[in-house]
Amino acid sequence: MTKIKKGIPLIDQHDKSYMYAGKFGGNFIPETLKKPIDDLTKLFSKLRKDKKFLKERDYHFKNYIGAPTPFIKLENLTKHLGGAQIYAKVVSEANGGAHKIYNATVHCLIAKRAGKKYIVGDTGAGYAGKMLSMAAKKFGLKCKIFMGAKDIKRQQPNVKAMRKNGAKIVPVTSGSQTLVDAVSECMRYWVANNDTTNLCVGSTVGPNIFIKICAWSTAQISRELIKQVKEEFGKIPNKLKLLNCVGGGSSAMGFWNEFMDTNAEFIGIEAGGPKKSKLHAAPLTNGSKIGILHGAAQYVVQDEEGQISPTESISAGLDYPGISPLHCFLKDSKRARYVSATDEEALNAYKLVSKLEKISPSLEPSHAFAEAIRIAPRLSSSNVIIVNSCGDSLKDKDIIKSKLGIYVR
Amino acid sequence: MKSKIKSAFEKCRKEKRPALITYTVAGDNTKKNSLKILSSISKNADILELGFPHNTPIADGGQIQGSSHRSLKNGIKLKDVFQIVKNFKKSNPLKPLILMGYYNLIYQNGENNFLDSCKSSGVDGLIVVDLPWPENKIFSNKCKRKFINFIQLLSPTTSKDRMKKIIKDSHDMIYYISMLSTTGGKLKVSPKNILKNYKKIKKLANNKNLVIGFGITIKTISSLRIADGLVVGSQLCQTITNSIKKRQNPVIKLDKLVYNLKKRII
Repeated sequence: MTKIKKGIPLIDQHDKSYMYAGKFGGNFIPETLKKPIDDLTKLFSKLRKDKKFLKERDYHFKNYIGAPTPFIKLENLTKHLGGAQIYAKVVSEANGGAHKIYNATVHCLIAKRAGKKYIVGDTGAGYAGKMLSMAAKKFGLKCKIFMGAKDIKRQQPNVKAMRKNGAKIVPVTSGSQTLVDAVSECMRYWVANNDTTNLCVGSTVGPNIFIKICAWSTAQISRELIKQVKEEFGKIPNKLKLLNCVGGGSSAMGFWNEFMDTNAEFIGIEAGGPKKSKLHAAPLTNGSKIGILHGAAQYVVQDEEGQISPTESISAGLDYPGISPLHCFLKDSKRARYVSATDEEALNAYKLVSKLEKISPSLEPSHAFAEAIRIAPRLSSSNVIIVNSCGDSLKDKDIIKSKLGIYVR
Repeated sequence: MKSKIKSAFEKCRKEKRPALITYTVAGDNTKKNSLKILSSISKNADILELGFPHNTPIADGGQIQGSSHRSLKNGIKLKDVFQIVKNFKKSNPLKPLILMGYYNLIYQNGENNFLDSCKSSGVDGLIVVDLPWPENKIFSNKCKRKFINFIQLLSPTTSKDRMKKIIKDSHDMIYYISMLSTTGGKLKVSPKNILKNYKKIKKLANNKNLVIGFGITIKTISSLRIADGLVVGSQLCQTITNSIKKRQNPVIKLDKLVYNLKKRII
């Protein structure tokens, strides 16, 4: 039986081959990437213990990103649903509007330490790219962003922001022209340019070191939250549910990390796609098999032969056939459970939350709100649900308008 | 028992030339043509690499991606790949053939199952792009036990220490990646510098057959001819792409290209 150890950061619970539970993660990479990945691994393990670096990180998290992000009660939604108390951690208030800024900032700080002048990254919803371009600009690095041509079309506000920050956007026209292809192309670029360039993988996916750096960065979310929860309730509530959408899984890892050894229940919500579609992006909910994608073993949506399957979701940020090996580990050890929400459920959740509350979640966290709306009425008021509202709907304005006719925020 | 790969290198050494190693993707541009291409280029190629396509490759450039895409669009499955090998080997039993691809397909097929199919169809060697040393130790040993060559890769980023260990675990052939690039990139390092590295590695692996690949075309092949073997892949894939565009027969075009490649190294 797969078990999580207490008192050890989840990211460090791997074996010598960098595998979690002996079957997730690892480094399935071309020989050319062995050395740059080794170098980065060594540098990061040093920096993690370097007080000066940690001080620098905390300084930028506070003054640049704006820590802590608000923790609020959704009074109207709670009243409306009449069950569990619903709260939100409004991570979308972070500089740039989403959790991706934590990983981007840390990668830029590392790139500076490594003496690299260039940084490249992938993006789906455009958030990872937008934040990397912002952070690169701030820290004086040249930046290139790989983005699927389909995503460029559907996430224009973020594309414009990236250009404004001076990043070069490379449209990826291979395969399904979405996140999965952007990550592949970005890795290929790094294979050819790792002597001058650092890579920032946009989520807790890819070769092990990228999973580690990303989860270590987004952990800031739960470092703040655990304090805020204790302030609000005087302790960690007995019946606490932490709901987070999962695509690659970076915001959920950050949202849950500090609560790992508590009684808090973790629920991850995957993208179920359009109601009648079979092209879901929900490898954990739908029992996908383990496979290798982007350098790591994980549950992944694939055919019998091992070809990666196309996925479909209204939310570009969740539209990914794989899932972080860390989430596979959490699933198999039963520390977290995973469900999916359809496009329609996410849209309805966006509508309801935006109407009742001051926040307006993007389509990614709307998947998590959909689950909150589903379960809250059945629970008593002693239950506390916290949803990570990790993105703002503004970037989805065009999609929402085309689906619902109007956009309210 | 001496492997066919080893014999091919010995033959070339006697003729004082490098082995010419070609790469094409199984099923490109059709299942039939892909077999015809193998049969016709094998007149001039010493070792044939055959790619089994994957739709999420992390180390292939545009040309090979294009070939893989065409092949997958034609519905090529692993069983078809093995069928092509089997048919090729029927008429060319002595010509060494190496399968090349990504680990997920082997993993899904099951390592043992995959190797059994290799054995029964006549595959002589394997290159698995995303299964580096030491992660490949168990699998490469399995290959060795079945008399299938597991070809280790070295790159300009591989440290000397690491090289020694990889060489120790290698079989008859080692593949040196000429530069930091995906396949088919423009040769951005001078042949002189590539050969400098090559000679350094050769000192560590004197009794191994060391081949160079990535970025080699008809323009650059002769400048690298002191190597034990030279791999040309992307140019072949590109030639298939071009011949489809121009409605020419890719089999004839490839036959001609490989003939000309051979001419440059004898």
